[in-house]
Order: sequence, then structure tokens, then C-alpha cells
Amino acid sequence: MDKKDKVLMINPEKCTGCRLCELVCAVKHDGSSNPTRSRIRVMKWEMDGVYIPMACQQCQDAPCMAVCPANAISRNDELNRIEVDYDKCIGCRSCVAVCPFGAMGFNSIDRRVFKCDLCDGDPQCVRFCEVQALEYVEADDVAILKKHQAASKLHATSQKVALKDA
Amino acid sequence: MALNRKIAYINLTTGEIEIKPIPLDIRKKFLGGRGLDAYLLLNHSKKGCDPLGPDNPLIVSGGILTATCASATARTHVMAKSPLTGLLGSCNMGGFFAPEMAWAGFHHLVIKGKAEKPSYIFIHDGEIEIRSAEHLWGKTTTETQWAIRDELNDQEVKSMVCGPAGENLVAFANVMTGIKNAGGRTGMGAVMGSKNLKAIACRGTMDIKIAHPVEALEYNKRFIDQITSAKVNKTQGTLGTPFIWGATNSWGGLRTRNFQYNQCEYADDIEPERLDEICEETVGPYHMSGCFGCQVHCRAQYRIPSGPYKGAYDEGPEYTSQGAFGAEPDCKSAETVLTGNHLVDQFGMDNLEVGSLIAWAMELYEEGIITSKDTDGLDLRFGNDEALLEMVERICYRRGKVADALASGGIQASKIFGKNSFDYLIQVKGMSNLHSDERATPALALNIATSSRGSDHLRSRPAIDLYHLPENVLRRIYSTPIPYDGPLSSEHTEYIGKAWQVFWQENCYMGVDCLGICKYHTTFLGATLPNFEDWPKVLYYNTGLEFTPEELWEISERCNMLERLFNLREGLKRDDLEKGDMINHRYFDEPCLRGAPDVVGTSIDREKFVKMIDEFYEHKGLDKQGRPKKETLKRLGLENEPSHLL
Repeated sequence: MDKKDKVLMINPEKCTGCRLCELVCAVKHDGSSNPTRSRIRVMKWEMDGVYIPMACQQCQDAPCMAVCPANAISRNDELNRIEVDYDKCIGCRSCVAVCPFGAMGFNSIDRRVFKCDLCDGDPQCVRFCEVQALEYVEADDVAILKKHQAASKLHATSQKVALKDA
Repeated sequence: MALNRKIAYINLTTGEIEIKPIPLDIRKKFLGGRGLDAYLLLNHSKKGCDPLGPDNPLIVSGGILTATCASATARTHVMAKSPLTGLLGSCNMGGFFAPEMAWAGFHHLVIKGKAEKPSYIFIHDGEIEIRSAEHLWGKTTTETQWAIRDELNDQEVKSMVCGPAGENLVAFANVMTGIKNAGGRTGMGAVMGSKNLKAIACRGTMDIKIAHPVEALEYNKRFIDQITSAKVNKTQGTLGTPFIWGATNSWGGLRTRNFQYNQCEYADDIEPERLDEICEETVGPYHMSGCFGCQVHCRAQYRIPSGPYKGAYDEGPEYTSQGAFGAEPDCKSAETVLTGNHLVDQFGMDNLEVGSLIAWAMELYEEGIITSKDTDGLDLRFGNDEALLEMVERICYRRGKVADALASGGIQASKIFGKNSFDYLIQVKGMSNLHSDERATPALALNIATSSRGSDHLRSRPAIDLYHLPENVLRRIYSTPIPYDGPLSSEHTEYIGKAWQVFWQENCYMGVDCLGICKYHTTFLGATLPNFEDWPKVLYYNTGLEFTPEELWEISERCNMLERLFNLREGLKRDDLEKGDMINHRYFDEPCLRGAPDVVGTSIDREKFVKMIDEFYEHKGLDKQGRPKKETLKRLGLENEPSHLL
């Protein structure tokens, strides 16, 4: 399959908050278990039972790319991702400051920035997420999938109303 | 790496903190988690120490695999001498606390002494500080956790806390982390309260290097596939533990009205499917949550649908709460079960113990052994939902004669209530039983009788005994890694071979507790799940340590023997109804009145039961009195305990 236009689709509703994505991300990239090394992080509102995984959106007009004074950040169209060239990176962390999603991290152990690289087309967070809160899908399909999800809620409501009327 | 995680000795009286590495030879003998805790408890406590005194060491740990790339390594273990039983205190909980402690650099804490004022311990990246908790005293379990996060200005801090019940030294106060993860049994929250210790907060960003990361990742994937493909775990992931209720109740295995019946009739409102509907109505279609790294996600999320606590968020209710606030007190409303579950979560109390003791008090009330004068007018009859919930609160705050007595535990309370109240108390070693009824299942009766922490289903229960597996399947499970060619029976009402199954399960559960893995990931509810044969691989990939299945079995045996040594030192005697391996007379004398044809009319045969205990002792290498033989201690390398190596 052509993986050109695939994106990471996050369905927070389905997330159980287990943070396995964080674990496997760190182990895959750095060989260590340590959430601070993970490219994806689950933010939690525990008293509401709400868990929201946050990761790089691989923006079309990426603020990190725009702000980088060393031109170290670029778009890789092949893998549909934003990537950092560590030979050029000067470690100024401007990208960390401007990312609206907090998706660019700075690792104080290795002293360098890091971000999601979609595991070169086989994102481990997706592979391990049994509840499919994380999916790796064609960019074009995201909207129709979301439409379907929203519509099924309407459908469920209308069924309930119909039952009440009956 | 996991092996460089340290042990910290914290003295709350003097404020002294000592940090030590855990030597490899200690790891090879006791692994970590509950096993190493048992070693530390035996070595750091004196015979006869007061469970609520400063000399009782409170030991907190994660397993050797905690936070590594193995599946579901979320478990925190806590050990001390129990204020409820006077014997081994030990509890285990999921959540996110132990991994955070491991990322902060520690696998074991040994907390001694007593702080002068309410305090909490903050552990962050190798550093430990003792801070004031005066502003936290009196707060509920969740209020405490969020207040600590706000104070430290870090929402990623994970805390293990005691609630108001722990502060009030309720003998079965638990420790909690998150919304509902509870180290429930044996009163470890009261030990925290007795030390003026409100919480242990952790925040860690230190690497745990994985020895063979590629292999660990791939093996973990296979492990997860195996676990999530087991039907039992799929069902758990949809309904949570309440799924057990349906089959157990219709079959006749649920203690109802304390011990009067073995089936809760007309209880549609607390059936698992009904509770699931409430979760869906109040939280939404995706209402399951998981502990760290676990794909079983067995915690349901709900809001209380009606009543004075309408709208309050909580998680669970577990199967245990269905029994504690449903079957045992004979209350049958979902609102009561969900509210009761919420109250114990907030107060920090063991739901099993609370429900069981209130049901006991209800039977005493019915029998006239306690009266409305003792209860300050509260009509403590079976089926009175309001009285049940009122009692939960009274026990937490020790209000009134009956509640205050119950808060000291069943045996203490029976001495206060007098008459023949003790005869009605369903307990072993001073700890109340789960709401299960073991009269039709001798194997399970043997399990609760001999469990190291008192009447309990998580120490040696051969739960798969209820599945009537063919003998060849049983043999495949129970004759590895140690050959066993004795008898085995697929029949749950039988006595033959059950002692071996209980012995095998005891070692299996000790194994997962040393690794720090959840029991839903081993041979507990699912017969096909990983155990001794699989653990060496996951240990090797994550830590680099090499073990054979037989060696892991021996470690489990050794650690179980340490718990036995502790209990013997503190007064365990084989037939003692208060401190021994013996169940209440009602198991022998009162046959089951309800249930399926293979249940109704059954009771435990005393003679066969005694013989089963003899066999169990033989498997363990104990003499007739339940004390280890010299050669057993030598074989397990325990002849010089306490050896004070750590």
C-alpha cells in the first residue's frame, strides 16, 4: 500500500489511559522505558475519566519548521511527516516553544529535541493500541471516519426517540 | 536499567534517609516486589511488634519488571505487620504509582518510625524529602492526591495515600492511588495513619534501560495478543470484574445475608449487564479504563445515577463491591452498590472487609446479639440500604459503639459484642472472606484457610477449578515446571489433588507478585494465560537476567516460606480459629440452601478437609503443625533467616 498520505488519527473517546503507547514509543526509539522520552503522551482528567493522547500532527504549515533558525526542520513528503535534521539542529528549542500541541519535546538526558517520526510508516503506538484509540489511516479517510462516528451518535439518539414514541 | 533501582530506608522519627543498591544475589533469591518485601519485613521487624507502633516497618515496592516493556507491570505492593490480623499484612494494587516510583529511581521503600506531625514523602529522580501534610490531614483519597499535584505544580505526580479511615486507624483502612486503585486488604492504610504518613508522592524521569529492546517489544506484542485473545479478558474488558457475578450467583457461590444463603435472589439491578448500562448512560459507550501498560482495561467508569451522591464520578464497581454492598447485606439496588463503592474509595477502606463486617453485624442484630440500643437506633436489619451506607460512614469515623467496634476488625469486635458473636464471623486469621461461598468447592476452601494474609482469593485460589477442565488439560497446567504425577480431578466438589493445585497457584501468584505483573495476566481466571514457562523470556529481554522456569518456581516457594516464617513468628497455629489455617464451623455444619444441583446441600467434610491440609503441608515441606521442616529451610536457603543482608 502507498503510505504517502497516511496520518496518525487519535480517537480520545476510546483511550483507556493505559499509556502503553508512551512505553512502546520510548522503547522503540531509545531502548529505554521512560515516558519523558515518548513522542506521544496521554493527558488526563482523572476525575472526569477523560484521557487524551497528544502527538505531532505533522502540520502542513508547521510552526516548528517556520521558526527554526537553522533550517533543520523539513517536511518529508514520502512519509508525510515533519522531521529534524540533527546535523543542522543547534538545539535552541524554538520549535519546542512554538508547537501548539506540545508535540516537540526536549530530552534533557541526550540534550536534543525529539518528535514523532511515525516509526517510518509503522507507528508502534498504533500497533500496540488494542482499543484503536490510535489509528494510522489515509489522510483523506479521516474526515469520513469522523463523519461516521458523529452520525452514529445521531443515529443512536434517533433510535432512542423512536423507541420512546413506539 | 531495572536492576539499578534502589531501596530507600526512611525513618520518620529522625528524618534519616539511607539509600542502598539491591545486590544481584538478593535479586536472584527473591526477585523483587512482594517476595523481597517479605524478606525485608522478616528482617526489619521484631517479634510481637505493635502493628500501629513506630517499630512496624511499612514496606512499599514495585516488582522487578515494573515499568519495563512487559505487559501490565502496574502493580504496587505494600507490606507490614497487619493491624487487622496481627500477622502478615500485605496488599497489592494497580494504577500508575509503582512505575512512577521506578522512574524516580526506587523499587523498595522501608519506612520506619513515626512523624511528629502529619507528613508526606516526596520522591523525585533519586531524591527523597519529607514534607508537611498538615493541610492534607482529613482529606479524602482523591482530594489528597490532587492537592499534592497542585502544591508541587506537577500534574504527573502519582501518589499513594491513606484516607480518613487510615487516619482514624480503622484496622482495615487501605492505601489508594488514582480514583479506585486500592491496596485493599489487611489495613496498610492504618499503618500509614499510625506513622502520621498521609501520602507517598512520586515523580520520575529516569531511564529504565531495556536489556534487549527489540526482542522485548516483539515479545510484549505476542504476550498482549495471547492475553487479549483469552475470552475471559475480553469479557473483563467490557464488563469489568462484575462479569464474574452472573455465573457465580446463578450457580450458587455467593455469600448472601452474611452466610445464611449462597445465592442472591431477585438482584437484577446489580447484574453486570445492568451496571454496564449505567456506565454507558452516565459516561458513554467507551467507559473502560486501564492500569499502566495493560490492554485488559477492566476498570469501568461511572457516575452515580441517583440519590444523594448523584453525578459523582468513580470507577469500578468491582465484583467485590457487588458482594460487599449487594449480596452480603442483601441490598439489591445499583445505586447502593455504586454509592458504597464510592464511599470506600473516598474514605480509603477495604470494601470486602467493610461489607462483610456489616453483614455480620446485621446477622447479629437479627439474632438479638446486638440491639438497636447498641446501634444508636439504627435499624441494622438485612436489606436496609440506608443503614448499610450509614454504617460505612460511621465505621470510617468510628461513630457509635457498633461502628467503633467493627472498625477494630471482626475478632476484636466479637470480644466486645460477646455471646456467641464469633461463631457468625466469616473470617480466617482475623480477615473477613470475600463474598464467595466455598462450601461446594473444597479447593477454594483450602485456599482461604491457608492463604498467608487471611481469608483471601488472591493468594492461592485455583479459580479454574470451577471450569471442569479435562484431566489432561489440568495435568498440562499443574505439572509444569515441577513434575506432578499425583491425582488431579476435574470435579470441583472433590478433595483429591486439590492440595497440589492450591500449592501450585500459591507459587504462581507469588511469581507474578515478585515480577510486579497483574494476576489477570497469569493462570488465575484464564487457563491459557502465561506462567512459569513464559516468565524467563520476559525477564531476560527486559533485565538481561537468566532464569529457568524451575528456578522461578523455587524463588516463589522461598518467598512464600518467608511469609510463613513471619506468620509463625507472630503466632500462627494450625487449628487456631483466630490465627490459624482454619475456617469457620459453618462451612462444615451448615449445608448450602440454594444453587445448582451440584451445590445445594453441600458442605465441607471436616475429615477430608483436615486431610487436605495435611497434604498441602507436605507439598510445602511443613510438619503436621504447619512449621517448616529443617530440610525444607535448607533446600530453600532459608536456614539462617533473618539474615540481615539488606
